[in-house]
Amino acid sequence: MDGTAVQPPQAATPQINRRWDGDALFRTLVVVTGIGVLLVLGAIITVMLTGGWKAFSTFGPGFFVTAVWNPVTQHFGAVAPVFGTLASSFLGLVIAVPLAFGTAFWLTALAPPAVSSVIGMAVQLLAAVPSIIFGMWGFFVLVPVMAHYVQPTARHMFGHVPVLSALVSGAPFGTGLLTAGLVLAVMVVPSITAVMRDVFVSMPAVLRESAYGLGATRWEVMRQVVLPWSRQGVVGGIVLGMGRAMGETMAVTFVIGDSNHIGWSLFAPANTIASLIALEFPESPSGSLKLSSLMALGAILMAISFVTLWVSRILLARGEAQAGKRS
Amino acid sequence: MTRQVFSQAAGRPQRSGVLALRRKMIDKLATGMSWLAMLIVVFVLGSILWTLLKNGLPGLTLSLFTHSMGAPGAGGGLANAIVGSLLQTGLSILLGAPAGLLTGIFLAEYGADSKLARTVRFVSDMLLSAPSILIGLFIYMLLVEPFGHFSGFSGAAALALMAMPIIVRTTEDMLRLVPVSMREAGIALGAAKWRVILFICVRAARGGIMTGVLLAIARVAGETAPLLFTSLGNSEWSLDMRRPMASLPVAIYQYAGSAYQDWMQQAWTGALLVTMGVLIINIVVRVGIRGGRT
Repeated sequence: MDGTAVQPPQAATPQINRRWDGDALFRTLVVVTGIGVLLVLGAIITVMLTGGWKAFSTFGPGFFVTAVWNPVTQHFGAVAPVFGTLASSFLGLVIAVPLAFGTAFWLTALAPPAVSSVIGMAVQLLAAVPSIIFGMWGFFVLVPVMAHYVQPTARHMFGHVPVLSALVSGAPFGTGLLTAGLVLAVMVVPSITAVMRDVFVSMPAVLRESAYGLGATRWEVMRQVVLPWSRQGVVGGIVLGMGRAMGETMAVTFVIGDSNHIGWSLFAPANTIASLIALEFPESPSGSLKLSSLMALGAILMAISFVTLWVSRILLARGEAQAGKRS
Repeated sequence: MTRQVFSQAAGRPQRSGVLALRRKMIDKLATGMSWLAMLIVVFVLGSILWTLLKNGLPGLTLSLFTHSMGAPGAGGGLANAIVGSLLQTGLSILLGAPAGLLTGIFLAEYGADSKLARTVRFVSDMLLSAPSILIGLFIYMLLVEPFGHFSGFSGAAALALMAMPIIVRTTEDMLRLVPVSMREAGIALGAAKWRVILFICVRAARGGIMTGVLLAIARVAGETAPLLFTSLGNSEWSLDMRRPMASLPVAIYQYAGSAYQDWMQQAWTGALLVTMGVLIINIVVRVGIRGGRT
């Protein structure tokens, strides 16, 4: 027994050295690839900032507060597209959050398990549909509805009310902020629903069961047990959806109306950062001030979306930590 | 808060009937709204699929697959766009999958909770949700402007950047599901760590990793924004990755904005093809996950 126990290590000594080499090699390869990911992000940030440098240095801080976008006079400012980005995403979320919450409530509390998994999967499939399809659907299905029914009705109802009339003013093109908001809502509902469903399901069943045991209705369980318990996760999911909405290009480009205009009207054509880049890039020769301004806008969009992601990660992580503590 | 409602009910028995009725009404209202929300979401999904089928199916002819894009009225097809999409998506996965796999291995097996790994994980998540048009701008500045022309390679590079973070995420998640005992068994048999990882852990998790790769294919195959400034689109038949290259989403974008009847028809049929391809991959993956887990 002694002989066999001692023998293998001696025989294996050179082999161990070789293995160590393989390990070191593989380890280096893997770590270098990981660092490569960091370098990619660093490169993206550098390229955006250097690309936009010409615009930043020409217009100075004025770039962030000017609402002009005029290729003829070579004067560019970021305010109009930033406004369009924030406004359309805000409208999208206002529409999407109740829909997502209702759907998640239905999936977790109301639906029979078999139906729930089928509908849950259908909602997930909606998330997989390419964004250009939403753009086409919005342009060919939603825009006529908006132009022929929604906007005339809204004007008829609110056109004479002092404050609300500003919201519904403008020609009934069908394109504009609200249409973009609706398409964005359709696009982000699946991801918000998925996060909400996951945090609702992750709650220990005993809490839900004891509330039901006390005689609470399904809505009371939702409102007073599930929702307080999962608040941070829910908010994290919403912020995640907001990040997606603000960076969306193709769906918005079809329906936003392409106009660098700031106003109160929900039906006025506007532009988001992403749609402006997609629409104006082909007419921006390399090295021009316009291209640089578009890159500067890209840098702003990047900053906005990274901050959003950061916030959502913090909220979701905190929600998870809380879940771990309480369960 | 729940308790408050019930004690109220107990304290004032004469009003409990009214309160119970009110609580029931609120519950009915809330569940009704919830049903409504679900029906709206399902209706929108149905509307999108119906619009695609109604407008896309009539144009689904053989010549669509045999002819390249042509002038309006000239009877062109989408053959070059379909092949261009396949080539660029394929190359992007060839570039993105190894990088994603190795990074995922780093995060799951080497980095664990180190500072570097946490940074890499966070940055990868940032790339995952970075606006796709920014990826396009980035690759334009990096691979198009210096060379002076658009190319299929740069399109594939942009798509690879979009595919990689998805594969990183699924690889890490799947490797973490591999039981420690399997690693221990491998190490106890005298295998080196890299062999344990590649031939035991990755093998055990290969189903899940494949899922990630398929989802990445589904994601990048439908992307338009990163291709607008990189492979640009090309109306002629071309397999040369160094030249501008057509792709289905970009062709759809060009045709959908046009005023010509036959281009519009092809845009819808192209949209139907892309969506069906993406949805079929997703359905296969999801049903496969459910069926495969025993």
